[in-house]
Amino acid sequence: MDITRFIPTNRKLLLVGLLILIIFLTTFPLYSKEYYIRLMAIIFMYIVLAVSWAMFSGPTGYMSLAPAAFFGVGVYTAALLYQLKGPLLPLPAVIVVGSLASFMLAFLTGLVTLRLKGIYFAIFTFGLVVFLKELINYLEITVSKVGGRHISYVSNTTVFYILLGICVATLLTAYFIRRSRLGLAMQSIGGNEEAAAHMGVNTTRVKILTFAISAVFMGAAGATTAPRLVYVDPGLAFNVTYSFIPILMAVFGGMGTLYGPVIGAAVFAYTEIRLRQQYPYYYMLTWGIILIIIIFFLPAGLAGLIPKLRDRLGGPISKLWKGGKAEEHAHT
Amino acid sequence: MHILEGHGVTKLFGGLAAVSNVDFHVDQGEIVGQIGPNGAGKTTLFNLISAALPFSSGEIRFKGQKLNGLKPNQICQKGVARTFQQTKIFADMPVFQNVLVGAMFGTPTRISAADANREASQKLEFVGLSAMSATLVKDLTLVNQKRVEVARALATKPELLLLDELMAGLNPAEVSEAMELVRKIRDEGITIFMVEHVMKAIMGICGRVMVLHHGEKIAEGTPQEISCNKQVIEIYLGEEAHAGS
Amino acid sequence: MLEVSNLDVFYGKSHALQDVSLRVNEREIVALVGANGAGKTTLLNTISGLLRPASGSVEFLGQRIDRLAPHIIMQLGISQIPEGRKLFSDMTVRENLELGAYTSAAWKRRKETLEQVYKIFPVLKERGGQSASKLSGGEGQMVAIGRGLMSSPRLCMFDEPSYGLAPKLFSEVLEVIKHLREEGITILLIEQNVRNTLETADRAYVLENGRVVLEGKGEDLLQNDLVRRAYLGL
Repeated sequence: MDITRFIPTNRKLLLVGLLILIIFLTTFPLYSKEYYIRLMAIIFMYIVLAVSWAMFSGPTGYMSLAPAAFFGVGVYTAALLYQLKGPLLPLPAVIVVGSLASFMLAFLTGLVTLRLKGIYFAIFTFGLVVFLKELINYLEITVSKVGGRHISYVSNTTVFYILLGICVATLLTAYFIRRSRLGLAMQSIGGNEEAAAHMGVNTTRVKILTFAISAVFMGAAGATTAPRLVYVDPGLAFNVTYSFIPILMAVFGGMGTLYGPVIGAAVFAYTEIRLRQQYPYYYMLTWGIILIIIIFFLPAGLAGLIPKLRDRLGGPISKLWKGGKAEEHAHT
Repeated sequence: MHILEGHGVTKLFGGLAAVSNVDFHVDQGEIVGQIGPNGAGKTTLFNLISAALPFSSGEIRFKGQKLNGLKPNQICQKGVARTFQQTKIFADMPVFQNVLVGAMFGTPTRISAADANREASQKLEFVGLSAMSATLVKDLTLVNQKRVEVARALATKPELLLLDELMAGLNPAEVSEAMELVRKIRDEGITIFMVEHVMKAIMGICGRVMVLHHGEKIAEGTPQEISCNKQVIEIYLGEEAHAGS
Repeated sequence: MLEVSNLDVFYGKSHALQDVSLRVNEREIVALVGANGAGKTTLLNTISGLLRPASGSVEFLGQRIDRLAPHIIMQLGISQIPEGRKLFSDMTVRENLELGAYTSAAWKRRKETLEQVYKIFPVLKERGGQSASKLSGGEGQMVAIGRGLMSSPRLCMFDEPSYGLAPKLFSEVLEVIKHLREEGITILLIEQNVRNTLETADRAYVLENGRVVLEGKGEDLLQNDLVRRAYLGL
């Protein structure tokens, strides 16, 4: 008997699956403990960082170490505008301001650095994080005369929902950019930047635009996460780890696809948090070993598993996954 | 008015003049060839026309407009397209997407996705690669990769096409095919300016040839005239027996 | 000197070489001719150890080399001048050439060998201190050939040396190749410039889709119908 009759087309199945997932996530806080709500919120945050990093660095091949800078701008915006002693703006407005500030920083940085090649771009973006930390530290100490700031309280559930929203927005943006004219332009830049320019692509404009768009989500995530950090100083806000971890997640999950960084972020964040609980002293070591083993066997990251699964399972079930590949190359 | 003309074109690398005070012109509908010993400045000249490199001095005009100071993407949109000596294809993308980039971004006004798709399909058919639309370009043979580069350049709807050593690495039968393709392109109304070492192509399809040596233009004329020029034979062609192969 | 027997090589998923056998005798110039993608470069890469054959063998001077590492094969006296130059673009011309003499035996003699290479390609002496990335296509080709000669090989394998070379320069390269044969070096040559190559070579093999379809003396193959039609475009 041919069971393909009973399996709906891959498109429909994917949408139904997504719908179920969304319903599950939206109602999650209603029946879960605080601990898990907080855990999921952290996972959303990492998904936003990993996916928005991959949005630019993936197709173009320009390795950006700036997520920590844009995330930090968001965090510090909240530190300034949403203080414990009296928020100046409602939280949603703070998040919007944080996003815009990140956008502008990214735009300016892009103007200056996106003319630099490969390694210099990476170094400059790394330096940006350090520079911002030192600059704001200096300003805070000499001008505002404070070491750090306390941020107003926001419940775990609120943070959960806002981060879920930002996460969805990031994924939708990434999805549409991939299939758009802009996405094609970025891929061509990654393929051969000189040839792309010679085919009419305004490479500078494309790079700066996407770089800045990706920063918006990083800033939003930062502004939303800040209240949960409670106390923030420039060192905590502008922490290079917030650059390295999302990159690791995106690479670990698989750079070639949209869902790769999502899987990478989710698995990475969850495992790290659990390991940290179980082995507070050894978790980094264990985690490092697991990473090495996985990359050794799956150089394409976790997402590389899916084509392999597809080949193994074969037949009707493989048709479920085929939609992913075909979509990436459709530009209609 | 010449479709392309250069006056006093010079490019210095430190003290070395890669291109030295070169005057040249190409007229609409021509196929003009550029030959010369290795290192003579031929590709550098192309790089100056397409703005891959900045000028040291002189000017180049396309349809009367100065190209100095424009960026490569602007020059492409004005109607000048090129291929590269070392193929600069988008290796990890399928053939169709490579050509699509040219179709989408090569025109001065924004083109709809549907039109771009159609244009890309047409150009692939023109060069004979329709069957390989979905293949990744890195998996193609060199000949086909060169075809992709040509299709991609054609998709930008150029009036002038610069071909940089299109025939390199092709065996004589493949060279004949490529020559046919170049003629076909010219018949579409596109002017062609080509750098070549494969004399069979130069002799066979160029109406006019210019010779560069140490960055200077030392001769210009019909292929027949050039192949009989003593200086050209001495510095470039070697024994006359090779001039025809 | 070189004996390739029933070689089967896979490149990724494609069966790049199928049951390929060829032989190169000492002091011969043997040419490999065929369309792009026929497997010529794959064959050279297998001989020099960059690829492992699925079955079959490669023997050099009576010794089996098909399971050896590339650098060992090079020390045994095989030098490959790859397609498309593959220069070290961050290094100068001189450094690129010197690197060709990396093995300890050749390293000691490198000054002498370098002078010999400069005699063949005087332009390289002028450009000695220049970065390899600043060279034109053809000049780069000269460096690649020079570099391949620096290890004083017994067997020299050229992969499309005419690529991007001015006709006169290619004639000179062919003269260099003949001269090398006089110096005792055996040559295996892949070329698209079929006519000149067949005129220069002693023997030649024609590869099509991974198989040897023709073999014989250079001058005989020039008269062969298949060769004339498919490769000479006549």
